[in-house]
Amino acid sequence: MTPNDAIAFSIGLPLLATLLILLNRRYPNIREFVTLVTAAGLFLTVLSILPYVMQGERPSLKFLEFIPGIYLGFEVEPLGMLFALIASGLWIVTTFYSIGYMRGHHEKNQSRFYACFAIAISSTMGICFSGNMLTLFIFYEMLTLSTYPLVAHHQTKEAKNAGRVYLGILISTSIGFLLLAILWTWHLTGTLDFQIGGILSGKVDGPIAGILLFLYMYGIGKAALMPIHRWLPAAMVAPTPVSALLHAVAVVKAGVFSVVKVLVYIFGTDFLTNIKQDDWLMYIAAFTLISASCVAIKKDNLKARLAYSTISQLAYIVLGAALATSAGILGSGLHIAMHAFGKITLFFCAGAILVAAHKTEISEMDGLGRRMPFTFIAFLIGSMSVIGLPPMGGAWSKWYLMIGSVEAGYIIFILVLAVSSLLNVAYLLPIVGRGFFRPLTSTEYMDNNKDEGVIKEAPGFCLLAMGITSLGCIVLFFYADTIVRLIEPVVLTTGQ
Amino acid sequence: MIAQLPALIVVIPLIGAPLCMLVRYRDWSWTVATLCTWASFVCAWIILQQATSGNTISYQMGGWAPPLGIEYRIDLTNAFVLLVVTGIGSIIMPYARESIRSEFGTRRIYFFYTAYLLCFCGLLGVTITGDAFNLFVFLEINSLATYVLIAMGKNRRALTAAYQYLILGTIGATFIVIGIGLLYAETGTLNMYDLSNRIAEVGASRTIGAAFAFLVVGISLKLALFPLHLWLPNSYTYAPSMISAFLAATATKVAVYVLLRFLFTVFNYELTFDALPLDYILACLALIAMFAASTVAIFQQNLKRMLAYSSIAQIGYIVLGISFASSAGVTAGMVHLFNHAMIKGGMFLALGCIMYRVGTVNINKLDGIGKRMPLTTAALILGGFGLIGVPLTAGFISKWYLVTAALERGWWPLGFLILLSSLLAVIYVWRLVEAAYMKPVPENAKVVEEAPGSLLFPTWFLIGASIYFGIETNLTVGVAMDAAKQLLGGLG
Amino acid sequence: MMAGFYIVIAHDNLIKKIVGLNIFQAAVFVMYISFGKVAGGTAPIIAEGFSAYSNPLPHVLILTAIVVGVATTALGLALVVRINEEYGTIEDDEIQAADDEQPQ
Repeated sequence: MTPNDAIAFSIGLPLLATLLILLNRRYPNIREFVTLVTAAGLFLTVLSILPYVMQGERPSLKFLEFIPGIYLGFEVEPLGMLFALIASGLWIVTTFYSIGYMRGHHEKNQSRFYACFAIAISSTMGICFSGNMLTLFIFYEMLTLSTYPLVAHHQTKEAKNAGRVYLGILISTSIGFLLLAILWTWHLTGTLDFQIGGILSGKVDGPIAGILLFLYMYGIGKAALMPIHRWLPAAMVAPTPVSALLHAVAVVKAGVFSVVKVLVYIFGTDFLTNIKQDDWLMYIAAFTLISASCVAIKKDNLKARLAYSTISQLAYIVLGAALATSAGILGSGLHIAMHAFGKITLFFCAGAILVAAHKTEISEMDGLGRRMPFTFIAFLIGSMSVIGLPPMGGAWSKWYLMIGSVEAGYIIFILVLAVSSLLNVAYLLPIVGRGFFRPLTSTEYMDNNKDEGVIKEAPGFCLLAMGITSLGCIVLFFYADTIVRLIEPVVLTTGQ
Repeated sequence: MIAQLPALIVVIPLIGAPLCMLVRYRDWSWTVATLCTWASFVCAWIILQQATSGNTISYQMGGWAPPLGIEYRIDLTNAFVLLVVTGIGSIIMPYARESIRSEFGTRRIYFFYTAYLLCFCGLLGVTITGDAFNLFVFLEINSLATYVLIAMGKNRRALTAAYQYLILGTIGATFIVIGIGLLYAETGTLNMYDLSNRIAEVGASRTIGAAFAFLVVGISLKLALFPLHLWLPNSYTYAPSMISAFLAATATKVAVYVLLRFLFTVFNYELTFDALPLDYILACLALIAMFAASTVAIFQQNLKRMLAYSSIAQIGYIVLGISFASSAGVTAGMVHLFNHAMIKGGMFLALGCIMYRVGTVNINKLDGIGKRMPLTTAALILGGFGLIGVPLTAGFISKWYLVTAALERGWWPLGFLILLSSLLAVIYVWRLVEAAYMKPVPENAKVVEEAPGSLLFPTWFLIGASIYFGIETNLTVGVAMDAAKQLLGGLG
Repeated sequence: MMAGFYIVIAHDNLIKKIVGLNIFQAAVFVMYISFGKVAGGTAPIIAEGFSAYSNPLPHVLILTAIVVGVATTALGLALVVRINEEYGTIEDDEIQAADDEQPQ
């Protein structure tokens, strides 16, 4: 398989799986088997492209010229490669987890769930490999639409309202701002291809570029910059595997990934530094970073707390890219990977607690660690990675981000990053503490006696998934240099 | 034979109409109507092929030379519109048979097809003719047949809707006659091309100005531009399903064509847009239409009514494109004309399928319809995506060109507003999605099966075409672009 | 012309509206005919001693328009008859009220 075919294959495979899933909707075992096999196949396909990209090749593919000069075009570049690897790899793990979770939780409409999930993954792959802004936009919208049924999965009033908020914010920003920005770029430059060094340079002057930057940044609602972050907490009504893979990895990372791509390949780092229009973006990102952490501390619902934590972590990535220095962008790229592993672990744990103990509020989790030690250890590892403590992967990305702020001459952001890490400690570690060091509450015993028996560990599939991702957090600490080598070409050629 | 095509395309349905009346035996009238529409479609296709080669076809009725004789004159613009009208008209014929039988009964069904063919013939005549008064005559043939068709709806409100349309439509037509009369008084000719030359000589006199005003108002009534749209929602709501689809897809489109023809061919560019601030007026009205009609659409319970209001909004987009008065703008308008014809046609047909099985198109009674009639609902939702302008549907292409045209004109806040208004479409389409997929089927709902193939096939054909033309745009955009150049570049 | 137009807008009675429409159209027809009048002209028949003729074209046009107008009137009246059968009234506001009472 040539790498060019592999691109088409990696987008087509999940779509094929969707079809098979729908056809086998009456046979849960076949359906889930299809999902697993596809996930594995997808990961291998993506992996097969990796060596070429490492050697500096840029496999590309284009067809369907639907507006003169604009193709549905794909090109694999390092950042996209990295993102694709993470998303497809974690899909396998999440599939294991969803089987355990969805069955353990007796969810309805499971076929729709798996089918939409596969479409969402396919769109994520499309975003990863897109070779121009319009292709990215198309898959971006596809991702939004395909995740809506997942968010509103429970079909309750609450779920539907959340679905409306989700769709409302994401669609209105993307159509109102992003599409306008894309059209404007097309109008100004006559191209939408991603090029190293940007395509806007020399075509527009300061103020217009500033407006464009604003339109792009707020058009990509999935990056959850304040004040358009509301959709993310809303999306937490979805079943946990959705929150885990999509709203900690695929969807939100697609957002920040698009941000990074726009900043690097549309604007170009040099151009950004020269026009001096992106200061506000850094400050907004910094503000989002701190304030989302503060909100997270006050949330008692575990998934809501994690959601706000995600918002804050996304701001790290935006900040890194907005710094427009090589270390900043490296840090952003790394953080996409590190945060993915850390946060997905945390969500897996949250879901496991829900399935095993039927608890969603943190204040009710006293002493659960004794019943579910494995889950809480995984939670600890995930937390440490998100906070950025060695020996977890998260340490490296924060390190690069700090270097990036020094390079760009914004010492203040080191302070911001430090404060935020402290806040992370403050909202994540107490949960672990509660789990291990407080006694089980008395109601717990009563509940146990009445109906359900003693709280046990989560289902095996869930545990397996948690184990893999938390191991991933640790492994990434030691292999971070591989990732750095992968994405280095992006920054080396942009100067600085 | 080939040389006679321009006449044939109109004459075939015209002869077919009384023929339908005569063959009363069972479905024969349907057969006659189908044959006529398809024959016209083939003619339109061949004519378009000829027109793309860049020649303007001129056909002299009865051998009388213009400007005295009636001339049929076909350039790319009307060839394009002809194709849309005949295409839609013939594709929905297989659909008509079942749908009309269920809504109308078999008795006197030949009346229906007679009226349908007359309506079809009128639209084609309006499109193809090069004579201003002849245009009025065909317009009235079409309008009268339309009133009859609308009045055939099952609900008794169809009658009042038809009556309302009759009054407003006649006023509109009379305005057009006044306009044409004034032009004739000033220039002494009725041939459009002759007119345009003479008007250029005369310049902007007061009579020409008055004629222009009457014409624009009259045509705007026919195309349901915002404050003059009152007839449309009721007519579309209560007409038989298939007629709603046909009218939504073609009637207003032909009116748009007439507007284009008068604005750019008969009155030249300087007069229309320099002497009179028509571009601002049209742009404002179009914008109001987009927002007001979409907002109203959000609150409709009856889905056909919702689509009717959405049509008014979509006409706003088309007119907005025209109001840019640039080649890009007119291209955008024409592309949207084509795309909207397919999308809206397909959606009305899908609603017709639901009507056929469930017997109502009230959104409150359609909970969980996505599970009961999956194929129909999927078509409806895909069409809805087209209205929103989701990428890879035809609606996206229209919107793309429209916004590009706005930016080119330097009206970039307009670009923003266009996109903003499409968000309103998201809301009303999403009500549909929620009702169809996110609500359980009510316990006491009667069991319905999927619509029969003869209804589904045309529906999916149109919806499929709207997806196809969202990806492969050479035909639509290519032709529209050339047509726009021809229109703006004078007589070519 | 304006009188006819006013009747169409102002009257609630459906028949009266159609009458108004007719007046409106008739006015337009007369306008056309007046265009065709050439001062001192006579009917456009070639005959000895006459050199100025009225323009015949508007007459021809208006003949067509009258046919259209008659058809419209006929159809309009037919509709009114049907409405009367269904609603038992031809007053606009009463029809409106009947429709409001009975949600579809």
